[in-house]
Amino acid sequence: MSNLLVGAYRPGTTLLHRLPAGPKLGLLAVFGVATVAVPGAWPAVGLLGVAIALALWVRMPLRSTVRALRPLLLVVVVVTAFQVWQQGWPTAIHVVAGLLASVLAALVFTATTAIDAMLDAITTGLGPFRRFGVNPERFALAFSLVLRAIPGILEIAQETRAAAKARGLERSPRALLVPMAIRTVAQAYETGAALHARGIGDD
Amino acid sequence: MPPAIRLDEVAVSVPTPSGDLALLHPTSVHLTEHRIALVGSNGSGKSTFARLLNGLVEPTRGTVTVDGLDTVHDGPAVRRKVGFVFTNPDAQLVMPTCLEDVALSLRRTVKDKRTRQARARAILEEIGLGDKADTTVHALSGGQKQMLALAGVLATDPAVLVADEPTTLLDLRNTQIVADRLFALPQQLVLVTHDLDLAVRCDRALVIDDARVVFDGDPQAAVSTYRTLARA
Repeated sequence: MSNLLVGAYRPGTTLLHRLPAGPKLGLLAVFGVATVAVPGAWPAVGLLGVAIALALWVRMPLRSTVRALRPLLLVVVVVTAFQVWQQGWPTAIHVVAGLLASVLAALVFTATTAIDAMLDAITTGLGPFRRFGVNPERFALAFSLVLRAIPGILEIAQETRAAAKARGLERSPRALLVPMAIRTVAQAYETGAALHARGIGDD
Repeated sequence: MPPAIRLDEVAVSVPTPSGDLALLHPTSVHLTEHRIALVGSNGSGKSTFARLLNGLVEPTRGTVTVDGLDTVHDGPAVRRKVGFVFTNPDAQLVMPTCLEDVALSLRRTVKDKRTRQARARAILEEIGLGDKADTTVHALSGGQKQMLALAGVLATDPAVLVADEPTTLLDLRNTQIVADRLFALPQQLVLVTHDLDLAVRCDRALVIDDARVVFDGDPQAAVSTYRTLARA
């Protein structure tokens, strides 16, 4: 699960890797809008084909990509069933192919974009808002901390579960939730101290 | 000439339901040696002492100054001067990949991205993690993580380095690697440690016990004082 978000970056030399993060994010947005706005089942399938081609081009590893897409499975099944019942097959294909295409494109984006490049893009993108009191540097840092915190919290959850299990308490929600909440806060506190110590966010 | 760290009648206490708890009783010291060890038992106040030096802990009474800069009033300036290495590198490494974590430290001083990346890469080469630049920090061993955390701190070019038990979580080999790196630094080093071999390599040692500095001077004598205390 942790590689879903941040371990996802795979260095490479394709055009997609070299494209600056800002324009790339823009293209991703256009692509996402296209999957909804272009009507008909075939164009959506075509866009899905494009997304798959992109994924192959940047050599996304099959296993981790499938793993990242797996949580979508339930949504896909439910949406397909609902659309077939309500609107018929063409709409169902349009919606599901569009959904898969945009998620896959987003995965391609994270696989080809280093966090540092993304932070720079965010900083530049938010530059004009500086005059309204927005601090883009700080915003970008908060963004990266969130990215780092998600796998961190999952790790804490796993460790807490293992600890509860070792003591035969796996069925007690208290033995799972209380330590997890406390350790998450403690971790946040430590991270704060570390950032403070490195002088990040001081200016 | 190393920077002068001066604690002037510094006391730290925290309020508890049963009255104030002293984490450090009034203490005055002047630290100018190149390498200074802080030893003492768990909960003795070593970490509090160490955290005072860069303003992570603020004194309840008295003042702490580094080269004349007050840790409370000139916090950011003091933290630019004083780097801090934590026991657990996991808390210190905030970015997903090694290169990005070092680059984060350089963000303030090196504005150009290309130069920053090149500098960060050079720093990683220097600590033997050149081939791990784009690897996620989760994939590193404990020793590599601590070296990376250290590199992240040194990238900001501090004049003083405070290390809070930097080798406690490491095996013997990694302890030696991290320690050799620390002792090779030109910077002033304040080393909190339970590793008495490391303590005796310093120029001066302070023994902290029950929130007080109970010995201050020669490291060999400090270690024997500490051993006596531990047996009592």
